Amino acid sequence: MSPLFILAIQAQPTVAEVMDPKVLIAAFYVFALAAFLGYQVISRVPPLLHTPLMSATNAISGISLVGSLVIAGAYKFNFHKLAAGGVGAHESWATVMGFIAVFTATVNVVSGFGLTDRMLKMFRKEFKKKEAQK
Amino acid sequence: MEAALQSPNYILEFTYIVASILFIWGLKSLSHPDTARKGMFLAEAGMAAAVIGTLFHRDIHFFGWIIAGLILGSMVGAAFAVWVPMTAMPQRTALSHAFGAIAAALVGIAEFVMHSGTMSTFTRSALGLEVMLGTLTTTGSLIACGKLQGVIRGTPMQFKGQQFVNMLIFLSMVGCFAYSLHNPAATPFFYGMVTLGFVFGVMLVIPIGSADMPVVMSLLNSYAGLSSAATGFVLGNNILIIAGTLDGFSGFILSILMCKAMNRSITNVLFGGFGAVHAKAAAGAGGEMHEISLEDAAVRLAYASKVVFVPGYGLATAQAQHAVRELADILEERGVTVKYGIHPVAGRMPGHMNVLLAEANVPYGDLYEMEQINPEFPTTDVALVVGANDVVNPDARDNSDSPIAGMPILEVDRAKSVIVLKRGQGRGFSGLENPLFFKSVTSMLYGDAKASLSRLAQEVKNV
Repeated sequence: MSPLFILAIQAQPTVAEVMDPKVLIAAFYVFALAAFLGYQVISRVPPLLHTPLMSATNAISGISLVGSLVIAGAYKFNFHKLAAGGVGAHESWATVMGFIAVFTATVNVVSGFGLTDRMLKMFRKEFKKKEAQK
Repeated sequence: MEAALQSPNYILEFTYIVASILFIWGLKSLSHPDTARKGMFLAEAGMAAAVIGTLFHRDIHFFGWIIAGLILGSMVGAAFAVWVPMTAMPQRTALSHAFGAIAAALVGIAEFVMHSGTMSTFTRSALGLEVMLGTLTTTGSLIACGKLQGVIRGTPMQFKGQQFVNMLIFLSMVGCFAYSLHNPAATPFFYGMVTLGFVFGVMLVIPIGSADMPVVMSLLNSYAGLSSAATGFVLGNNILIIAGTLDGFSGFILSILMCKAMNRSITNVLFGGFGAVHAKAAAGAGGEMHEISLEDAAVRLAYASKVVFVPGYGLATAQAQHAVRELADILEERGVTVKYGIHPVAGRMPGHMNVLLAEANVPYGDLYEMEQINPEFPTTDVALVVGANDVVNPDARDNSDSPIAGMPILEVDRAKSVIVLKRGQGRGFSGLENPLFFKSVTSMLYGDAKASLSRLAQEVKNV
């Protein structure tokens, strides 16, 4: 690793927490239980609602927004440094990437929940004649 | 390692736990249409709590870009939510897989740029997985979206040695990943992996035909979810692991269901190149198609006691879902029992046909799944097939040489009579000949589905 790169890293407050084995094992527990629970919950969704399901899980996985927010807001954006390139531009690049990620994740969250609701509104057991004729 | 020394942010962790519970609750409520909407409100509340909680994260110092991203994203998202027509749901969903995946990939790349030197090997491998899945899902979903939208040709694009080239790209990508894991300072290998991920996504989806899109969509959904889950491992963030895993498994379950509904394996869909095998399949079918006049069809429908509609993707392309409902209303007024038989892969994404019919105010109680409706066909007077082809092809059941042999079908040929609405005499989407059209119980009504249905409704009124 280049010495410059190390310097660049040490100068920053770090966002990522170092995973010690205990945290790591706990994370695997979470993963395994979420997988099991997901399988149980989702296999009960009837085919009738598979499109809303896909749209809903999409919105929910838009939670990656929380990761994007931290990246977009952690560093100071400096256009001159960005233009100059090299290690000095890293922070600004991270901000730009974070911004794009915040944008796309927000689109997913808002459109995902919005469309899911629009679809679910349409599913009704019965329609009164008057309503149907509208 | 400033962050590692600090105690956890308990308020933030608490909002994440609450949000996780609300997400699962919301998904659980989707097991019934009556509870689904309320459940999704809970999930929305969970999301709001998690996002607002995160804004107080100790590492966030600058808010300009965050606010810009949130506002822009909300505006575009709201526009999608209001204006995307239900027929375009498959494209929108494919696009949202791309958006979710690019967000995960970018978070991964930014983390690598800032912190690769201090990461443990495990974190870097999770990061590699995140970025590979994220990049290939991004371009793969964009291609799928283009195919569904019709911007890119929907037929499979194949060339000689394609699988070999794909395998080479895949192995190079994994190779770059492995080397950058071994030596994180070798950044060109990391960026090589990123580039190859984007290329592999394109190569993976271009050989797949539009008819197989339900499987591809579900699979890409799964990848996008797993990519988010990997982000959770990189950031040590449990809510990301939970939400990503739920998304990943949902996509995985749907992929399996879709594959079962077509009697094909996932590898067959991804590498089989449907469309190459059709030459010999056409040989089996032959004979005369029986055309029926609009008046005769109307009379047959009007005097039936039970009619089953079998809609396919052609219904969506003809925008005929409202015309179907009108005809059904008129028939029901005459005392005819009307039901709808929905094949799991009807449409371009899982459950698409149900949404289209619900939009046309068909109550969901009238929508029947394949297993429920098949035993009813022998007592059905008229089965009306609208824009469906492969899902009612009896070859799947009777002809073991057919490329779709073994695929479960809606057995409309067991009904007392069948009327098929079809644009012309050509073959269906997959290019297969359909023996159903030549059977003696079957009558063909040619023309645009929407126009035919409206005129049928008019004629039935006059009977």
